[in-house]
Formats: sequence, C-alpha cells, structure tokens
Amino acid sequence: MTYMKKPNVRHPGLRKNDLGLTRRDYEGLVSTLCAGCGHDSISAAIIEACFELDLPAHRLAKLSGIGCSSKTPTYFLNRSHGFNSVHGRMPSIATGANLANRDLIYLGVSGDGDTASIGLGQFCHAMRRRVNMIYIVENNGTYGLTKGQFSATSDRVSKSKKGEANLFEAIDLCTLAIHLGAGFVARGFSGDKGHLVPLIKAAFRYNGFAFIDIVSPCVTFNDHEDSTKSYDYVRAHNEAMDRLDLVPEREEITAHTEEGQTTTVRMHDGSLMRLHKLDDNYDPCDSESALTTLRKRYAKGQVVTGLLHIDNTDADLHELLGTTKQPLNAVPMGDLCPGNAELAKINKSLR
Amino acid sequence: MKKINDFVVKFANVNGSGSASANLLFAKSLFRMGLSVVPKNVFPSNIQGLPTWYEVRVSQAGRRARRGRVDVMVAMNPQTYAQDLADIVPGGYLIYDSSLPRSFGREDVNVLGIPIARMCADAYVSPRERQLFKNVVYVGALTALLDMDFTVVKQTVRDRFKGNAKLVEPNVEALKMGREFARRNFTCPLPIRVKKVKAAKDRIMITGNEAAGLGCLYAGASVAAWYPITPSTSLVEAFERHARKYRQRKDGTSNVAIVQAEDELAAIGIVIGAAWNGARAFTSTSGPGISLMGEFLGLAYFAEVPFVLFDVQRGGPSTGMPTRTQQSDITACAYASHGDTKQVLLFPGDPKECFDLTVDAFDLAERLQTPVIVMSDLDIGMNEWVCDPLEWDDTRKHDRGKVMDAEMLDRAKSFGRYWDIDGDGITYRTLPGTHPTKGAFFTRGSSHDAFAAYTEDGQVNAENMDRLTRKFEMAASRMPKPVIRKTSRTSKLGIINFGSTEPAVREACDLLSREGYKLNTMRLRAFPFGKEVAKFAAKHDRIFVVEQNRDAQMRTLLINEAGIPPEKLVSVLDYEGMPLTAGWVKREIEAVIEKDKSVAKAMYLSAQAM
Repeated sequence: MTYMKKPNVRHPGLRKNDLGLTRRDYEGLVSTLCAGCGHDSISAAIIEACFELDLPAHRLAKLSGIGCSSKTPTYFLNRSHGFNSVHGRMPSIATGANLANRDLIYLGVSGDGDTASIGLGQFCHAMRRRVNMIYIVENNGTYGLTKGQFSATSDRVSKSKKGEANLFEAIDLCTLAIHLGAGFVARGFSGDKGHLVPLIKAAFRYNGFAFIDIVSPCVTFNDHEDSTKSYDYVRAHNEAMDRLDLVPEREEITAHTEEGQTTTVRMHDGSLMRLHKLDDNYDPCDSESALTTLRKRYAKGQVVTGLLHIDNTDADLHELLGTTKQPLNAVPMGDLCPGNAELAKINKSLR
Repeated sequence: MKKINDFVVKFANVNGSGSASANLLFAKSLFRMGLSVVPKNVFPSNIQGLPTWYEVRVSQAGRRARRGRVDVMVAMNPQTYAQDLADIVPGGYLIYDSSLPRSFGREDVNVLGIPIARMCADAYVSPRERQLFKNVVYVGALTALLDMDFTVVKQTVRDRFKGNAKLVEPNVEALKMGREFARRNFTCPLPIRVKKVKAAKDRIMITGNEAAGLGCLYAGASVAAWYPITPSTSLVEAFERHARKYRQRKDGTSNVAIVQAEDELAAIGIVIGAAWNGARAFTSTSGPGISLMGEFLGLAYFAEVPFVLFDVQRGGPSTGMPTRTQQSDITACAYASHGDTKQVLLFPGDPKECFDLTVDAFDLAERLQTPVIVMSDLDIGMNEWVCDPLEWDDTRKHDRGKVMDAEMLDRAKSFGRYWDIDGDGITYRTLPGTHPTKGAFFTRGSSHDAFAAYTEDGQVNAENMDRLTRKFEMAASRMPKPVIRKTSRTSKLGIINFGSTEPAVREACDLLSREGYKLNTMRLRAFPFGKEVAKFAAKHDRIFVVEQNRDAQMRTLLINEAGIPPEKLVSVLDYEGMPLTAGWVKREIEAVIEKDKSVAKAMYLSAQAM
C-alpha cells in the first residue's frame, strides 16, 4: 500500500474554527515518510496554521517539486488541489497558477535539493518577480530518496552518516532570499512547533513572496553526531530572534508597544503582526541589518530562527504587470476575443 | 529580355545598415500595386556587419515560392560582390554603388552604376543619415527603372511613418533623389518592369508569427510566458502588441499576463501552471527550447494539462543555423520527453493557417487535455507572405473541453480526475478553488490511478497508459484534415508534404504536370494522422515525401504511425536552410521518375530477351 486514507473517525468534542471545521478537515493522507521525520511536524504545523486562520482549504493550492519534502502536500489539506510537478520547477508552476487566478492562496513546498540545487534558478526568479505565494523549504541538508548524498545547504563542517567530509560551502537560502528582495524571509525549526506555527500564519497573511526555510532533520540519513542538521545540533544551537503574534483585524488593539523590543507590522489584509524581538541588535525591517546578523551568527555555528526580514511595501507580480483584479481564468471569452469587426480592421492595416 | 510582373530582384546588404526597412518598403509597394510578391529575408545571426540579403519574387501567375536566380541585383555589399554577380541571369541587371568605380568581369549582364554614397554624402550631414538614406535612394532608382507607381510608394512611406510625420518628407526626398538619377542616366523603364494589376482587393501581407500571435488573441489566451529565441521571438511580441490594444480594460488594467521567463524551462512551467488553473496559456520557442522543455512536455502529457506550444523551427542540430529555415524537429516533438509519450502536432502551411490552426490548437488542447505543438518554421514565421484575409466567425464558441464546475460536482456521485466515464479516453478535470469539499485532486507526474492517487500497481499504470493511447487514437479523427489535391484520378504517383514547402511543391507539381507527369499531392496538417493518410498512401505506388531535414523525419513518422510501407515512400530532402524553389523540387522528383522508367524499361527488355 503506497497511500492510505485516514479513518473517518471524529471525536464529537473536537474544537471547530470559524468555518465550522475541525483540524481533521485540514488533514491529508497518512504520511509515508520515515517515523520521526521533521517534515511530518511541518505538515502538522501547516494544518494548525490553516485551522487557526480559518482558511477555506479549497481556496488554497499546494505545489511542490520532487523529493521527500515535495511528497508532503499529500499529507495535509485534502480539500485543496495539489500539483506535484517536476524536480526544481515548482516556482514556475506556482507563478503560472498565480497568474491565472490571483484569488487563491499558493503554498509551495520544496526541499533543499529541489530549491538550492536543481531549482536554484527558478527559486531566485520567483522571488525577483514577487510572486504572491508562500514558499517553504523543508531543509534537511541531504538527499533522502537517493540515500544520503550531501545537498547544497549542507554546512561545510557537517559530515555524512558514513563520515565523509563535505567539500563545499553551504548555500544559505535566507541570505539569498534577502539579497534577491524577498519581502518576507523567515527560518523555523521543525522541532519547535510553538515557534513555527506563528511564522507560517504570518506568511499566509503576507502579500508577496513569503519564504520560510525550515530546518527539518532527516532521521534516517542526517541525524547523527557530526551533522549540523540533526535534532540535537539544532536544539543546542537554535537562536530564536523573535516571537510572533498575529492580531486579526477585527480585534481591538490594546497591547502596548515596548520601544525597541516590539515591532508592529500591518499586513495587507489589515491584520497586525507583532514581532517581539529577542535580540536588540537587529531590525527585521532593515535588510542590511538582517544580513549582518545572519552572517555573524552563522560564523559562530548558530542556527538563527525567526522572522529575519520583512518589507511589505513593494508591489506583487500582478500589480507590477497591471493585470486585472478579476482572476484571468474567470474573464469571459467574449471579453478576450476581439471579434470579426476588429479583425477586419487588423486586415486593413496589413494591406 | 522583356519581363513584365515576373522577375526576381535581390538586395545584397550589410546587416545593421537600415536596409530591412527600405527593402520592405519596396516589397510592400509592389504588393499594393496588386502584384504577387514573395519576399524572403536571408539574414545572419548577428547584429551588425555581416552579409544579409532580401529577395523579392514578382509572379504574374501568383506563385508564392522562391524562384531562385536573380534578374535585378542591387549589390550594396562589397564583401559579397563576387557571389552576388554570379547569381544574376544572363541579360539581367546589376545595380551597384559606383562612388568607387569597379570592374565586374561579366559581359552578359547590364551594369547600372549609381554613385549612392557620394549622393548621400552631398545631401546629408550626419553619418547616420548618410548611411540610412543610401537604402532609400536605391529603392527610389528602382521605382523609375521598374516603372513603379510613385504615388503608391509615397503612400507606403506615409503609412510606414504614421505617428512620426517628420520622417516622411526626408524619405520621400531620398526616394526622389534616386528616381531622378535613374531617369536622367538610364533608359527608364527597363524591359524588366511592373504593371499595375487589379488583384483581389482583400489580400493581406503578414508574417506567420504575427498571424499566430493574433490567433492566440482570438483564441482567448490570457497567459503567455516565453524566452527570446530566433525565429520565434516576434510571435509573443506580436501578441503583446495586439494585447496592449485589445486586452486593456477601462480601469487601465489588462486581461492578459505576459512574462519573459528566465529560460524555456520556466516559460513552459508558467504556462503549465496557468493552464492547470484554467487559463488559456501558450509559449513559443524554437529547437533548442524544445530540447529544454522536454521534461515538462512529458509531465503535461501524463498529467493531461492542456496548453499550446509554438515551435518556430530553425536549422539544427544544436545551435545550428539560427536564422535559416528547417523542418527538423518533427520526431523530437512527436515523441517529446522520456517514456512512452506522443504529442499532438499541427502544421500550418502559411500565415493564414497559422491564425486558423492556432485557434484550433487551443480548442484541441482543452478538448483532448494535452499539449498541442504548432510546428511553424522560420520561413512562415518571419517572412512576409501574401495571404487571404484572416477570418473570424463571431458565432464560433471556444471549446473549453470537459471541466466540472461546482454545480456538476454537486450532481455527480463521485469524481475521479482520470476516470474514463465517457469511454473516449478523455476524463473530467476540475479547477482549483471550485468547490469547498468536492473535486480536489493531486496532479502528479508519478503514476496514478483513476482518482489521481499515487500508484505502483503495474496493472493500474498500464490501464492508464492504454487510456492515453485510446485518447490519442481518438484524437486523430478530430485533427484538421490533410489537404489533398488531385491532378489525375488514375495516377499512381503522389507527393506528401507539409508546412512551408507547400508553395514550391504546388508549383513543381504544375511544372511536372506540363511535362506529362501527373502527381497527386497531400499536404499534412496534423499528427496523429487521420485515416485519409493511409488511404492516400494505398492509392499511390510511389509517394515523394518532401521535407526540410536530413533524416526524413516525417517519412519515419508515416511509416511508424500510419503503417505506410517504407518502399512506397521516396524522400525528397533539403537541409540547406533556404525556402525551397519549385525548380529544385521538380528536378529531384523528375530524376527519380526517370530512373524508375529506365529500370522498368531494362526489366522489360531483359524479360523479352529471355
């Protein structure tokens, strides 16, 4: 059996959200990943975030490439359409899907091989174009399905399970994303759900390209002592930069703002995001400061997590292209086809 | 050597010198005088400095193919003088820039020297004007030499610079400068000349890429993604130009999204994403782009995502001859991608058909839920062709295929994305966001069952593959029919061709007919082949397959997919990159027929001797 539906048993006391849905309504098939895989925790965090945000699942599309991470969209949001495309090309599929219908939410799920190696070009260009989507990389530093080769995000000091040294520098996807102008750049850890769920929720509320690099240990090939992507290593070196709160628009804002400690960002839909900084020396609204912090902390061997950079002032792809508010896939053919009288004029211009 | 409305003028220029615009002015003016013109631009893969030619055939009989050889050569490029001179027919004319005197060593051509560079140096101050107007001066001289209607030429200039009126007068003045010089120094007009004719009023002059771009506009395409590559670039550019006018809404936003992608992989990915989400989407490329799109073409075939892909073919393999024409991507496209895949191909024969078949391509793609590749080429795509006007039937309804909306989902007992409930191999799809609880499915390139779920069950996978075969076989009956032209009911000789070879094949066929060889022709317009193809093959013993590639790719496809016995199919192959001439096609076919006859005669004689 290669896929399994979860039994349709429901506890009568399950909490419902504003749409009258329970968490179960946001679930997918039973995961076929290894027991303890970090990716399953991320799927659970996505389910939790969607449930808490009262998202209508059918208004969301899940997109992925190839790899362990890219399998996960089958394990959450059964009521959403999904597209498991080809290796490293999810960003282009997401771009096109978004162009056809700007009203849906696009959630791209990728891995470090899918994004940092084969798909690096498409990843960069989707950010550059400011495609309105959430892009999650489930980053375990290894190729799981092909049994444990190094990936391009594997740190140079990290060793493979067999003890081989990694010859090459890691590509830091968050640094790259900030450089390329992504307006929402965050890093999470699959082992810290309390920190991760608010990050995902904030990404859903962001208008533009929201990137979350989630360190997600591979229990089978990259969870050993010399790995820098193991549960133990990340727990020991995790440096959370902030704590996030999302305040829905309808709630009265009573919380006070502590100078220098809390940054409040108004999201596109009117909701507020409060960022309680745990490190005074960086400003997430300033990309230079974020880059410096990332670099310095990386040199110390730390894994920096949190919302590293936010800029919600720039236009998204549709605004840049000047496309109509109506989803393009809903514009009637009558409005798209100019008709014979106009063709007669075009013919005339060709004489 | 009197030739009225029936000759070839060729311009030899240096590219980047502004000649293209003047040469087009010449061709367009003749077209507006009612003549049948066949302009061909022969250009290098370069921005400035290399040789480029522009050839215009004027045909009294309304022929649309190149003729070859040259009656009037305008030799403006010293790099190619020797070659250009050799192309002129005996008794023909050489026009050259006599600012620097030259000797040519050919007694049998008439040499007309015009000191063009000197005239422009005297008349203009800026180096740029001195260069650009040289081209207009020789066109001016031709208006006198060929007896062109100067009013028409002037009007063409005015239309050309509509919106930039201050350019009209200087251009007309330059034309007059050349015209006056010719009148004073030569006997005008030459025996080679034009005469205004009353042609069908409504003909148009258009490139295939522009017509295809208009086809996309009329088909209702709303998402286009592309990566620049010669000779396909002007297709999306034409779409964009027209979309700017026809897709603008009152609030200033537009009903179209066009993205120049980072490469062909992203271009086709964007198109697949948009098509999956219910927009009509297309991309346009040439051979190297097709190679890059291979993996995605397999995904779209297997996951059944409908979109349109244009392959404006150029010379291959590899980078090949980017500015020359070929039909050498046939098998690469028909079987594009790894594993068992087959793609639907359409073959337009001229720009008008580029428009018609583009609209059909979008309907077919959505009806069949598969990519449709429109196989154009550089000759159709980038050269101006004289065609009948484009037509649109306002009662035509775009065929959006089998898509279930929320209401249909509510009525249905169950939904399976790949569940063949109609038995025609085509299943129902739903678009994301349609229904809160029904109709969601997972699109994937991995093997799947009727409900789009992942499977490693070999039998389930084989059943799905068989359904795709059924769908493809059924598709054959929906394809545009081949165009069959019969010259004789009893002839056992036939020709099969497709695409831009049509004008040369048709003319060759008429020439052969005059010599007593009656050949029936079938111009293919689509793959998979309809039953007409095998039927035509059954009725003929010897069939010439004319194509512009080395490996007889269409012949291979006919043998593989239409089951035509290989011994019937004789290849007539050209892969030099120029549009074909009727003379060449005729000679190739004639040689085989003659050989067949001598073999038959020898066999008859040896049989008698026994």
